[in-house]
Amino acid sequence: MIKVDRTKADGMYAAISEKMPLFIPVKSAGEVNYAPWEKGADVSLDTLKTVKSAKDFFFPQSETMMRFKAEGKKIEIIDDRKEVAPFVIFGVRGCDYRSFDILDKVFLQEPVDTYYKERRDAAVIVTMACAKPEESCFCSVFGIDSADPKGDVTCYADDKYLYFKSNTDKGAKLMEIIGAFGTEGGEKEVEAQKKNTREIMEKLPFTHLDLSVFKPENLNKLFASEEWASLSEACLGCGTCTFVCPTCQCFDIRDFKTNDGVIRFRCWDSCMYSDFTQMAAANSRTTQLQRYRQRFMHKLVYYPSQYGGTYSCVGCGRCVNKCPQRLNIVKVIKRLGDKEND
Amino acid sequence: MINEHLIPSIGVITDIRRDTPDVKTFRVLGLDGKKPFEHKPGQCAMLSVPGVGEAMFSITSSPTNEEFMEFSIKKCGCLTEVLHSLEVGQQVTVRGPYGKNFPVEGEFKGKDLLFIAGGIGLAPLRSVINYVRHYRKNYGKVVIVYGARSMDDLVDINEIKTEWMNEPDFNVYLTIDRPQEGWDGHVGFVPAYVKELGLDPTMTAVLCGPPIMIKFTLQGLLELGFDKSRVYTTLELRMKCGIGKCGRCNVGDKFVCKDGPVFRMDELDELPDEY
Repeated sequence: MIKVDRTKADGMYAAISEKMPLFIPVKSAGEVNYAPWEKGADVSLDTLKTVKSAKDFFFPQSETMMRFKAEGKKIEIIDDRKEVAPFVIFGVRGCDYRSFDILDKVFLQEPVDTYYKERRDAAVIVTMACAKPEESCFCSVFGIDSADPKGDVTCYADDKYLYFKSNTDKGAKLMEIIGAFGTEGGEKEVEAQKKNTREIMEKLPFTHLDLSVFKPENLNKLFASEEWASLSEACLGCGTCTFVCPTCQCFDIRDFKTNDGVIRFRCWDSCMYSDFTQMAAANSRTTQLQRYRQRFMHKLVYYPSQYGGTYSCVGCGRCVNKCPQRLNIVKVIKRLGDKEND
Repeated sequence: MINEHLIPSIGVITDIRRDTPDVKTFRVLGLDGKKPFEHKPGQCAMLSVPGVGEAMFSITSSPTNEEFMEFSIKKCGCLTEVLHSLEVGQQVTVRGPYGKNFPVEGEFKGKDLLFIAGGIGLAPLRSVINYVRHYRKNYGKVVIVYGARSMDDLVDINEIKTEWMNEPDFNVYLTIDRPQEGWDGHVGFVPAYVKELGLDPTMTAVLCGPPIMIKFTLQGLLELGFDKSRVYTTLELRMKCGIGKCGRCNVGDKFVCKDGPVFRMDELDELPDEY
């Protein structure tokens, strides 16, 4: 384990970013989000939750997939993707780190999504252990240990020091750069912090949510629950929950005409939107109740049924903090858990 | 170039046939003059006109057709409107095949088969019917009940009259919704006709058409004694990727693009009613 004095952190970021692009939580316009590190950046490693999750790195909000050129009746398809160069994502919390596994199951299952895979393979991930989980956190419900996340390198932080531990070959390479800024040591402090964090987690209000009702054999029972009507009543269909969610992975593919041919791009979409399932002649989900139900059934029942029991929620609590109507997955888990569990 | 599923290949429209006032059948070949890819009966393909959009269509031609691939397409939305305006020689994009096929090499083998279609619903069934004709001895007797709004709306009536009606052990029953001059066949809706015909409930049935037709026809079949485990249909929902990733064509925990579009009625009973 390497211990780096926080006063030397900027020098370390500079050294890493000389080798490859470094993305790190940066405060800008009052919000903390991942941004490329540059000299003078207001790095905010202690912010628990970036506004947008880390899924952007592999599944960007919008990306060009291919271009088309047409001449007369002929079409040319152009795939001019460039090789993705290695890059570092620094400061990924345990919840967001688990979201990569959840996205992997979708994008890396056959047929592999090569847009996603190229970026996934190029990333070196430095996770960040949580020292002060907050009220809206419930990652432990999904078996995530925020005190000790994995990744290529794990970083633990206290007020004075950053502590680094390498977990993979990729991580060991990065440690060669980090090592120059610190000294060996810190195991004791880190162990004490892990213990402390786990104790905090244990006392948080959502830590003991009961997921037992959410299993594939209850699919139809949960779908038919009368609770959806009141749960979804206040939903505005704004889609904020899906955009801040680290595991929401639905996308749209659209064409955009330019003066120089057509761009086919992919962008995030939301099952909360009324045109999500709109076809020329029909729509399978015409009410907000149906769309709201789809989102939570997907996370708690459909996804686990499709992918070996894993829930598509990491308990990051972003939806809890951001929904303008104070709706969220915790309310759904509690209500359906109470009503349908007998 | 990386081999990416979402990047289509070029298809050339080599023939366009007008079947009905709002259905055209497009013949599509690859740039090399061959079929764009092999498929199985009931599978689908993504067709697109760059700049307009991409959508899923059932492949109308049988896999046994070694020369070309055909799509019967009804004009009903943005993309199909543009497709209908295209001329022979125009290039489009095509990718596939997608989805689960009808079990022509499984449960269908050796069975008497009943095909029931309404309107453009014949498109996916034509692939199976012609497959069955090709491997005729592998299947029992075949009954086809096909209905449309009017005699002008029966898709590719030519093939039905000159080929299907002359096939041994093939019984074809046609019906139109309302009486029409020049039509001396049956008049009435498909579900009612199916009940009138008093079909043998031991047959394996395949239903395809508008949801309302499927609903009432299924009811009729059940009354006749058909078992849901031997009745098949296809679903259609909005799709973007075709490979179970974009997240919009699910019914419960099944994706229509990869777990369907072919479903057995007893399988559908297990899923939420949201399609």
